[in-house]
Amino acid sequence: MIRFENVGLRYGMGPEILRDITFDLPERSFQFLSGPSGAGKTTLLRLLFLSLKPTRGLINVFGKDRARITRRELPMLRRRIGVVFQDFRLLEHMTTYENVALPLRVRGRDEASYRSDVIELLKWVGLGERMHVLPPVLSGGEKQRAAIARALIEQPEILLADEPTGNVDPPLARRLLRLFLELNRLGTAVVIATHDLGLMEQVDARRMILDGGRLEIHD
Amino acid sequence: MTEAYSSDAQAAAQSAPARAERAPRKAAPIVPPRNVAGSALILVIAIMTFLSCLTLGAVTLVRDTAATWQTQIAREATIQIKPAEGFDMEAALATAQRIAAGFSGVRSAAVVNREATVRLLEPWLGSGLDLDELPVPRLVIVTIDPASPPDFSALRTALSAEVPQATLDDHRTWVDRLVAMANTTVTIGISVLVLMLSATVLSVVFATRGAMAGNDHIIEVLHFVGAEARFIAGEFRRHFLFTGMKGALAGGLAATIVFIVFSWWSSRNMATPQADQATALFGNFAIGATGYLGVALVVLAVGGLTAATSHLTVVSYLGDIDARHHEG
Repeated sequence: MIRFENVGLRYGMGPEILRDITFDLPERSFQFLSGPSGAGKTTLLRLLFLSLKPTRGLINVFGKDRARITRRELPMLRRRIGVVFQDFRLLEHMTTYENVALPLRVRGRDEASYRSDVIELLKWVGLGERMHVLPPVLSGGEKQRAAIARALIEQPEILLADEPTGNVDPPLARRLLRLFLELNRLGTAVVIATHDLGLMEQVDARRMILDGGRLEIHD
Repeated sequence: MTEAYSSDAQAAAQSAPARAERAPRKAAPIVPPRNVAGSALILVIAIMTFLSCLTLGAVTLVRDTAATWQTQIAREATIQIKPAEGFDMEAALATAQRIAAGFSGVRSAAVVNREATVRLLEPWLGSGLDLDELPVPRLVIVTIDPASPPDFSALRTALSAEVPQATLDDHRTWVDRLVAMANTTVTIGISVLVLMLSATVLSVVFATRGAMAGNDHIIEVLHFVGAEARFIAGEFRRHFLFTGMKGALAGGLAATIVFIVFSWWSSRNMATPQADQATALFGNFAIGATGYLGVALVVLAVGGLTAATSHLTVVSYLGDIDARHHEG
């Protein structure tokens, strides 16, 4: 589904942050992306959700060469990728419900056509009681789940999550992990960037370890 | 997949027992409706619209007054006959009157009689003037049909053939001066209007860029949830059209109130010396239907300009963001 071949990335004239990254993300796969802080996990995620272009190497996304993807094509491709940011990026003037419904709203869909889907998903992530609340009132864990719901509402083919358990206590982290596994079972490929070893030990999944700009893969 | 979510709902979510859902409130706009920069922009646009409307009102007033003066002056011409030794003034006056009245386009020709001439000169020469003692030129007032004025040069030739002492003043110099003055005033007014609208556009550019920078996080989120540039630009355009229209309407309303208050004042003070003076200069201070139509047009123009400007600014800003991300 997404393939990297000898990808390198540098910011401006600085040193290469990522070097010779080669891997394949198959459909319905589940993997952790790990490594020490500053190893380039977030940068790699940004490459994956098409917010950066590589300085060298080939990236193939859904059968398209990244270098040939035009600005106009980006929105359609991004709709197939769900992203959960480390800092949630919820819009503070909108309720949980509106934040989660945002991806459908930007498609110009009528609210009546998606209201029940959004409410169902909010219940699924345990926010059924908090859907009309503004984000500043939500706890860290609730924000996290709202951000995950927003990434899932479009039923993406792949979900990228940046430190999704970084702001929550271990029981909630386990619950979120179960949620990701459930999602994967339903057919979505999942990449979880984390440096939480405890979390990774709970699941026997592929581990992609970034260190010094290079990637090692442990299947 | 949604069905699957619901089947897992109980296991995964441990959510509280389902309650009857409140209908969600009306969706919040994607661009937050109010912030300090927004209020300042509304105020700037209101002031600009107000001043633009006043300028437009002044231009309309000057143009209308100048047009009135022009027709009043152009409605008359004067034949002046200079006296000379042994010259029969009364006969010459009658001849000139006959010639002038015979021309098509002349409504009437009237001799300014001796009494009227004496009255005319009274402010300079005092009362009790004897016209026979002084070589005073005499006048024939020719009233003209302004719609189809007579051929002045033919009239002039005919007059000088029969009465060599006569000169015809068709007031052309005055009319030309007035037209020039009125045109200058109108041009200045329109330039001021254009400058003011340009300043409005520039304020909107700054405000839009400021608002975009302030809402960077929103634009970023919209990008990542797959919003097209057109959608984002549309949201911001709607926001600024709304802001612009609010400011423009407030400014237009204020200008309308000023116009109404002035007309009320001038009608209330009619026939007082001050008002007569003002009327003599500016005509009746009443902004007619054209003036109010102008106010409506300025309001619409400002609203439209705001929307168009913010649209262009947003599109270029989004282009910049994309370029920045891609460079990274």
